[in-house]
Amino acid sequence: MKLTADAIVIGGGLVASAVAYGLTRLGLKPVMLDEGDVAYRASRGNFALVWTQSKGPGVPEYQQWSRLSSDKWSELAAELQSETGVDCGHRRNGGIHVCLSEDELAKRTQVVEQLRAEAPPGRYRAQMISRAEMLKLLPAFGPDVVGGAYCPDDGTVNPLFSLRALQRAFSARGGRYFCDSRVSSIAAAPRAFTVETASRSISAPRLVLAAGLGNKPLGEQVGLNVPVRPVRGQIIVTERLKPVLEYPTTYIRQTVEGGILIGESREEAGFDDTLNHTVSQTLAARAIRTFPFLKQVGVVRTWAGLRVMSPDVYPIYEQSSAYPGAFVCTCHSGVTLGAAHAFEYAKAVVDGHLPEKLGRFSSRRFDVQARH
Amino acid sequence: MASILGIFCAANFGLRTLLTMDTFELAIVGAGPAGLAAGVTAAALGLRTVLVDEQPAPGGQIYRGIEAASRHPDSARVFGEDYMAGADLVRQFRASAVKYLPLSQVWQIDRDRNLWIRGANGVTAIGARQVLLATGAMERPVPIPGWTLPGVMTCGAAQTLLKSAGLAPSGRIVLAGGGPLLLLIAAQLMRAGNPPAAILQTSTNLRRAIAHLPRFVSSPSYVRKGLGLVAELRRAGVRIERGVGDIRILGETRAEAVEYIRAGTRRREQVDLVLLHHGVVPNTNLALSLRCEHEWNDAQHAFQPRTHAGLGSSVEGVLVAGDCAGIGGAKAAELRGRIAAYNAATNIERISTDARDRQCAPIQRELRPHLRARPFLDAYFEPPRDLLAPVEDDVVVCRCEEVRAGEIRRIVTEQSCPGPNQMKAFVRTGMGPCQGRLCGLTVVELMAQTRGVSPGEIGYYRIRPPIKPIALGELATRAQEK
Amino acid sequence: MFKRVIEFEGPVLGVVINGRECSVPASFTAAAAMLASEDGATRETPISGAPRAPYCMMGVCFECLLEIDGVPNQQGCLVPVAAGMRINRQRGARTV
Repeated sequence: MKLTADAIVIGGGLVASAVAYGLTRLGLKPVMLDEGDVAYRASRGNFALVWTQSKGPGVPEYQQWSRLSSDKWSELAAELQSETGVDCGHRRNGGIHVCLSEDELAKRTQVVEQLRAEAPPGRYRAQMISRAEMLKLLPAFGPDVVGGAYCPDDGTVNPLFSLRALQRAFSARGGRYFCDSRVSSIAAAPRAFTVETASRSISAPRLVLAAGLGNKPLGEQVGLNVPVRPVRGQIIVTERLKPVLEYPTTYIRQTVEGGILIGESREEAGFDDTLNHTVSQTLAARAIRTFPFLKQVGVVRTWAGLRVMSPDVYPIYEQSSAYPGAFVCTCHSGVTLGAAHAFEYAKAVVDGHLPEKLGRFSSRRFDVQARH
Repeated sequence: MASILGIFCAANFGLRTLLTMDTFELAIVGAGPAGLAAGVTAAALGLRTVLVDEQPAPGGQIYRGIEAASRHPDSARVFGEDYMAGADLVRQFRASAVKYLPLSQVWQIDRDRNLWIRGANGVTAIGARQVLLATGAMERPVPIPGWTLPGVMTCGAAQTLLKSAGLAPSGRIVLAGGGPLLLLIAAQLMRAGNPPAAILQTSTNLRRAIAHLPRFVSSPSYVRKGLGLVAELRRAGVRIERGVGDIRILGETRAEAVEYIRAGTRRREQVDLVLLHHGVVPNTNLALSLRCEHEWNDAQHAFQPRTHAGLGSSVEGVLVAGDCAGIGGAKAAELRGRIAAYNAATNIERISTDARDRQCAPIQRELRPHLRARPFLDAYFEPPRDLLAPVEDDVVVCRCEEVRAGEIRRIVTEQSCPGPNQMKAFVRTGMGPCQGRLCGLTVVELMAQTRGVSPGEIGYYRIRPPIKPIALGELATRAQEK
Repeated sequence: MFKRVIEFEGPVLGVVINGRECSVPASFTAAAAMLASEDGATRETPISGAPRAPYCMMGVCFECLLEIDGVPNQQGCLVPVAAGMRINRQRGARTV
């Protein structure tokens, strides 16, 4: 079947859905091409923080980009709620980073101070807090907690409901979503792309690669260097509890439904997304040190997801110079950056050029490193 | 960035945990007929074998409580000869060299084939060269209006209470659904002293079944048993309503009445207890958590692990036998358990393939008549479409997360959804403690019917460990701490 | 309500069901003991508070979740009774 569209977005996760929804907000009628039900889906395996307090020491552009998105998440959530009736579960009541040793505390203090120094005055609002202050926020902290950091700008969403809402709103605004549509090839010319799947051939003047780990091979077909690799993370979720953790922490939080999410590990394991039991044990043990009450709480599920990681961990935003109109949008913080992608990145795609503030995230930075 | 993501875990220090672990040549999960027969056979071949089961005594669900029951004079009369036949198998098992771990739940089998077990002494782990999954069957969910109310159970639940505890329901009982077990359980309740007020049988599908009739009647024991049960129930005055549709259970805080349509007329029965049943399906969560490939069995309307002739699954070192590999009944399960044991012995080069084939040939011959009746039963008692996928929007499909049929259908029609895993993400079906056991097939059928494709094309949930509940403190337990 | 109609041999022991002392055979599970002494709901769901009671009795449905010896969300149909065991109905989500 042959189709034409205003834009083609390859991917079906939070990054793709946010950009695709953003395109529909600007009046485009794009097509979104998703894989099947059991693709590697970082959107279904993440920790759901909308987080700024630790983002980008040494890279102020990243700190600012993360904060911009965090600031705009309320607007995105409200808009999606009114368009779809789905509550994205966005809460922005502050977040805590927990330190379990003096060493961790010293390292974290350094990160917080550096980030504050690199931010415009008054914009970075995280601060180190004592154990006593931690206990005032969450009395459930265990004796091993020595202190930590607190940032009033941090929060969480329900990433699954956010994905559902973005896709629903995208369809409602005239976007067309196709699942089971793995891309087999891309024929590229400047501002003219034809994407082939098993059952369709779709042409459009704009192309956005937002397929996570799939961006690497896809990018090669349109002159984009996207050196991403999988980094495995594991998450544990418990049975539902009555509200006990009012604030999220970096590795442990209570969902709106009541379950406790425990993450996240970091492991180089290629495309293997099976569980490493030793990692589960480590995560569980550290969670119990943080909140001793968790020892008795029942585990419902554990799972592993593959993060989409670039060599320097920062996003890759680029327009192909060989084939203008082809963009790539990839990062490992698709939740935090969701609002920035929906509002800002989509606009850049429509404008036909990326704004200067995203220049730091060009994939050309990896070429420079390669020449050294 | 490492400091942001925090915990960095070395991939290979799990090896250390293996050193203190007991390792077996064959580990069997499940003490029903398949597991027991496999254990007896494997031990006779000299395999160092362990059998892990969550119940306090061997027998599985079909021979539940058989040891205690076989010592009671009423058992044979109430339960019948097929049940009592299990006593002999259990005796052989008890006399074998198999290490038996009762009251032990396997909550994870990791990728190194270590079985993680929660038992009376907390969490332990054992290693295995070959693993046999013999996790049996469970009753197919029967999602109808009111099925979540107290005062509604499965027929199997009532039978389990009778076999294991000698408990029978008092008051006015109605059985509803289909399948051969429905009549058997009605008869057992009657013999135990409280005959059901009525049996509501859904329409049978003779048209689909007719082609299999000749092979079915050549298995005379099935025909004789079925007719015998009907006669026995009728003699006792039990009303059997045939061709019943649109069954719904009414009540606020418990079941008070059941309504149905028969011959175009809506009828109502007052009830104290409704027992639902519509056949059994493979209990596959452990196999799924191991990522064994599964295939759709269109005759049985269920997924089952893909197995080859040696009963091996798609995962190396993991075999599957008994009803969890496709429904065949107790006797077939026992025979397939024996075949699996020979194959496990061959896989670790304990016996030659020639010896295995010699030993298995007569078992295969014995197996054939037991499988011969199955296609007719599967077709004749095929669940009606509206039981596989509720028509009414407010029927609860996912009991744990309280997700209703309409919500699932709406996702499929309004925004498209690649499959049950994305559905799980969107509406939380299968995210509760039962991990999809009670909603998985219904969600798949709903998606399939709404899209007009086969359930096999829809696929199934990915199942994650722990597949049995454990506390976080137990997950944190390392093997060497046992 | 369930009544004992076949008396399999074996010891009897004392348990406390919803605060009431009862004697039950040692072969009972906690869920069987509950069904033999109480009618109606044995728990309320953590989401809507809907009444539920044991459904499958073989460990797959998780409807028989009970508070046993102070620990909530135990699968009552898989836990054999023990002398002095306290078995209670439960309401809603677990508190910690």
